[in-house]
Amino acid sequence: MEEQKENQFLTEDEIEKYLRMERTDPMEYMEGMEQIPSGVMDEVISRMEAYDYHACTEDDVRRALLKDNLSPEDFGALLSPAAEPFLEQMARRAKEETAKHFGSSVYLFTPLYISNYCENFCIYCGFNCHNRIRRAKLTMDGVEKELKAIAATGLEEILILTGESRGMSDVAYIGEACKLAKKYFKMVGIEVYPMNSDEYAYLHKCGVDYVTVFQETYNLKKYETLHISGHKRVFPYRVNAQERALMGGMRGVAFAALLGLDDFRKDAFATGLHAWLLQRKYPRAEISFSCPRLRPIINNDKINPQDVHETQLLQVMCAYRIFMPYAGLTISTRERAGFRDHVIGLAATKISAGVSTGIGSHAEGEAQGDDQFEIADGRNVEEVCRAVRKQGLEPVMNDYVYV
Amino acid sequence: MKTDTWTLGGHEFTSRFILGSGKYNLELIRAAVEEAGAQIITLAVRRANSETASILDYIPKGVTLLPNTSGARNAEEAVRIARLARELGCGDFVKIEVINDSKYLLPDNYETVRATELLAREGFVVMPYMYPDLNAARALRDAGAACVMPLAAPIGSNKGLCTREFIQILVDEIDLPVIVDAGIGRPSQACEAMEMGVAAVMSNTAVATAGDIRKMAGAFKKAIEAGREAYLAGPGRVLEKGGDASSPLTGFLRD
Repeated sequence: MEEQKENQFLTEDEIEKYLRMERTDPMEYMEGMEQIPSGVMDEVISRMEAYDYHACTEDDVRRALLKDNLSPEDFGALLSPAAEPFLEQMARRAKEETAKHFGSSVYLFTPLYISNYCENFCIYCGFNCHNRIRRAKLTMDGVEKELKAIAATGLEEILILTGESRGMSDVAYIGEACKLAKKYFKMVGIEVYPMNSDEYAYLHKCGVDYVTVFQETYNLKKYETLHISGHKRVFPYRVNAQERALMGGMRGVAFAALLGLDDFRKDAFATGLHAWLLQRKYPRAEISFSCPRLRPIINNDKINPQDVHETQLLQVMCAYRIFMPYAGLTISTRERAGFRDHVIGLAATKISAGVSTGIGSHAEGEAQGDDQFEIADGRNVEEVCRAVRKQGLEPVMNDYVYV
Repeated sequence: MKTDTWTLGGHEFTSRFILGSGKYNLELIRAAVEEAGAQIITLAVRRANSETASILDYIPKGVTLLPNTSGARNAEEAVRIARLARELGCGDFVKIEVINDSKYLLPDNYETVRATELLAREGFVVMPYMYPDLNAARALRDAGAACVMPLAAPIGSNKGLCTREFIQILVDEIDLPVIVDAGIGRPSQACEAMEMGVAAVMSNTAVATAGDIRKMAGAFKKAIEAGREAYLAGPGRVLEKGGDASSPLTGFLRD
């Protein structure tokens, strides 16, 4: 049975074998995948390739920090090694911009994993289809139980997540879950596999307003060695997901590279540029960023990430903030509480609380399916609210009205 | 002496400082309202809509609520949000914000006119946030707006009266209260706007993000009062360049 095969454990030798096998062209679309003009993607990739951060000087950084409205080149300077000695100045500027655009508000949300079946073989991911983890998919009853349990904590924004399996969690299933979510929450976002614009339009009708897709890396060569098989292997379909979501009527889209998978400066540059270009093309679009970096997960010792320490992570966050001061920025639960508490109000505007990445663990306490990754901040909603207030900031459950 | 008042939708106000309620530590809103002497406070319906931490709980009673339609991208969405505000018990005042641009948050005048027309017909006291364009202001007046609320600079920017000349044109040409909204960063800028003859000034970020919120709210109050008095007093004229003899050569003609 297909399902059993998915759950078999892969040895390192077997992974090696997969890596040696002939793989499909990652630029080739699969059947049923909508193709849209690739102007934005082409510009992101060509400018990322031309971005030489070693060429950035301290003067470039100083100039960028003096500007009101930064160009992509200025953004590149802020991401360069030349900007590291300016981290304190960048943090000050970032804080000023965050206050101007968001004041004291810090938004709270929590992710809800409703299924962890996955059809992709991404060698760094805990959910990948060859990992021997417990797979589970919540029934609608199960989804509703989880939603109720989370709503009882006072949260009003939820992010619905699935592993990337169209077979096990199709659009109709996600749509039903989102309709339920809309009953209990003011704001519903999704982080699921990329889909076509008409499917995004359908999910928008079900109550979804925000679509998050992590590109992981914008370096095609690296991308194809990490995403061995499955629809996720199709690079352009993933890059263009946010644009299709906006075409489908979504209010906002979120971007992220998994920092540390490849050259994080180039990936952060591409992420910012991608968001910036889409905002120019779709001025109404609300934009936000996430800043995940690699953390320990099952079977990931095959890759050796470039180190992204907290210093570099903060540099990236400040660069995003200064480049696009109006964009939201979510701080990952993968970071420790001490880091999270200090970056809210400085660069981050949204923080998760009461997080559990296992399937069905909010209502039952014990998960039916395993987690995608280890979290570093397990504080509940009340504890996070307290931490937010301690920073002189205001926890906000909802700043949204679905229309 | 007769009290200097102004009216909006049949309601009379003495304070000419409208305070925004966004971006605050909620506990400080009350203090800001008190220090500002504000009689009108704006709030985003999307914030009021929250069940757990409604901003409504922090606004002192007796202050006129001015819900805004932030989050609306077109006239129809603004109408839906305004109706939601009414259902939430926010009264009949509504500040129309229709914004199609997530970068500068500049208002869409065309959609704003459409929303104003629809909501005025439903009996709302419509206060449209707008880009200071004379034609749009006339269209808003004709659509039933109770005032016009031109921006001084992009919202939250604290850049002051960047659109000064165009706001002056609205003051001179539109027979509705002109309320300067957005971009006012300092009390001195609020004072200058009042000297120009606007009916009121609205501010949020400048107060909410000040080091001492109470003090800044009070400073704005005084600046707005000073500007209003200067306007009523009729400021002396300013020459573009050169001096002006206090005993002019043609003075004898008046002898």
